[in-house]
Amino acid sequence: MIRFEKVYKRYADGFQALKDINLDLEAGKIHVFIGPSGCGKSTTMKHINRLITPTEGKVFIDGEDITAVNPVQLRRKIGYVIQNIGLFPHMTIAENVAVVPRLLKWDEIKIQNKVNELLSLVNLPPETYRNRFPGELSGGQQQRVGVIRALAAEPDIILMDEPFSALDPISREQLQDELTNLQENIQKTIVFVTHDMDEAIKIADNIVLMKAGEVIQVGTPEQILRHPANDFVKEFIGKKRLVEHRENTMFTNFDEGVPSVREVMIDKPVTAAPQRGLASSLNLMEQRRVDSLIVVDKHRKLLGYAPILNVLGHISDETKVLADVMQSFTFSVKPEDPFTAALEYMGQNNAPYVPVVNEENILVGAVTRGSIVRLMSEVYPVIEEVL
Amino acid sequence: MQTLKDMAAYIGENYDLLLIYTGQHLLMVVCGVFLALIVGTLLGIVCARFKKAAPFILAIANIIQIIPSLALLAILMVYFGLGFYTVVAGLFLYSLLPIIRNTYVGLDQVDQSLIEAGHGIGMTYFQLLLKVQLPLAMPFIMAGLRIAAVIAVGVATIAPFVGGDGLGREIFSGINSRNDMRIFVGAIPASLLAIIADLVLGRMERKMKYTTKPKTS
Repeated sequence: MIRFEKVYKRYADGFQALKDINLDLEAGKIHVFIGPSGCGKSTTMKHINRLITPTEGKVFIDGEDITAVNPVQLRRKIGYVIQNIGLFPHMTIAENVAVVPRLLKWDEIKIQNKVNELLSLVNLPPETYRNRFPGELSGGQQQRVGVIRALAAEPDIILMDEPFSALDPISREQLQDELTNLQENIQKTIVFVTHDMDEAIKIADNIVLMKAGEVIQVGTPEQILRHPANDFVKEFIGKKRLVEHRENTMFTNFDEGVPSVREVMIDKPVTAAPQRGLASSLNLMEQRRVDSLIVVDKHRKLLGYAPILNVLGHISDETKVLADVMQSFTFSVKPEDPFTAALEYMGQNNAPYVPVVNEENILVGAVTRGSIVRLMSEVYPVIEEVL
Repeated sequence: MQTLKDMAAYIGENYDLLLIYTGQHLLMVVCGVFLALIVGTLLGIVCARFKKAAPFILAIANIIQIIPSLALLAILMVYFGLGFYTVVAGLFLYSLLPIIRNTYVGLDQVDQSLIEAGHGIGMTYFQLLLKVQLPLAMPFIMAGLRIAAVIAVGVATIAPFVGGDGLGREIFSGINSRNDMRIFVGAIPASLLAIIADLVLGRMERKMKYTTKPKTS
């Protein structure tokens, strides 16, 4: 679909941005270009819509050399999403989405239908959002519009240059999910540039790992995690991910000893400050679906816990706060302890969880029933097949 | 108190003439500034497109601005003769600098990512200019127009020196006849014109601003 043949890019100042890029990007897949900043991933992508022309070598789309195509016509057939969103602030959302169809002189009714269809697709009800201006939307909403603007003219190829990196983590995850869902329906060829390995693993069908203007490794996320080509790739993927990926093998043989509390615990248990009022504590419990809160001071020093019955018992007294109703823990574990210490206590005392603290009594996590179930499912991953 | 009464009486007797002067004044300003808006915006676009030409164009406009207004009008008179056209040409030249400079700055400040987005989705240079850059530079261009208009209203009061009309006539008659009241009757409407131009154009300028930052909520 998209083919790079011996592409080199040298700038006038002698900087060698790309060296001998040879790539075959299959149609209908998400191809993620990843690497440290300055590695040439964006530069490579911008060759596809001729924002940059190669010094040597050729780029083909569907077998056609793109230097033979008028760059303006070429770009109108390729969706483009940039990091800074790039919505035109003086145009409404509908006008922004309709920019490329208008450039292509589509029929106005067709344009409006398309705009409404796309807005609905990303859960921005057209009747509410059509006539708003980009400045009235949150960052995540703006980038949703940025993405559908790229889809508006029904291109076969969409280029996305670090589209989600400027967003907060929650919006970023949402948009990643939406993109993968969207792709199941639209089946476009997407070239996605990022420096975030988690993002790449999450969305990619094919990862192109680059460094200093060269392609280091190409493969599916699975292939790259299992067979990193060299130390650079290993380092870039990060030890943590390689370990996570090997968790299965690690837990299936206990030769290495019993897993430590650190490996089993959840690191973000639901906590609250001692000054928190009872009604808002109850609210927090409801939201997070827990039946007790771990009470910590502002340095996260462990103070105690407040079970829901204590909170409910005093709920009518508006002057009471968590500090008045909490109980102290009779037992806690250290991250280095074997997790069986926590398990034993939980089993004997029917405790729902055990707090994990370090030497200074600072809360670092909790071993919960859920975390133990998760561990068990990793230890016995093939139980279904056995049955 | 007496002068105010006299002034009211004088205005009452001569209001038709004063209205004509005001109309002439406005006409000179509007013609000069309008021409400058067209030429200045174009030159500003050239500056933004060819960054290397910008210092030259701006330097020339700066030099014109430095020439004392009376001297500039006198020089123009040599070529255009006495009257309306000389004044319009002078006001045109005086209005160029703020409009060129503000157009240039306005186009230059357009967020680079918007230009990249425009290019990337397949806009030609002119489409980008007309649909994105100029609309976004509008508040700046309006600010330049406002400065130009206020300067022009002032400069136009010396039009009678080169055979022009306008409220300057009344001021000069006042000077020649040592009549303070007539000086005021010419000067006050001229000042009011400048203030009104400033207010009206300032309001238009603010209307054209929009926020580009995501709403925080």
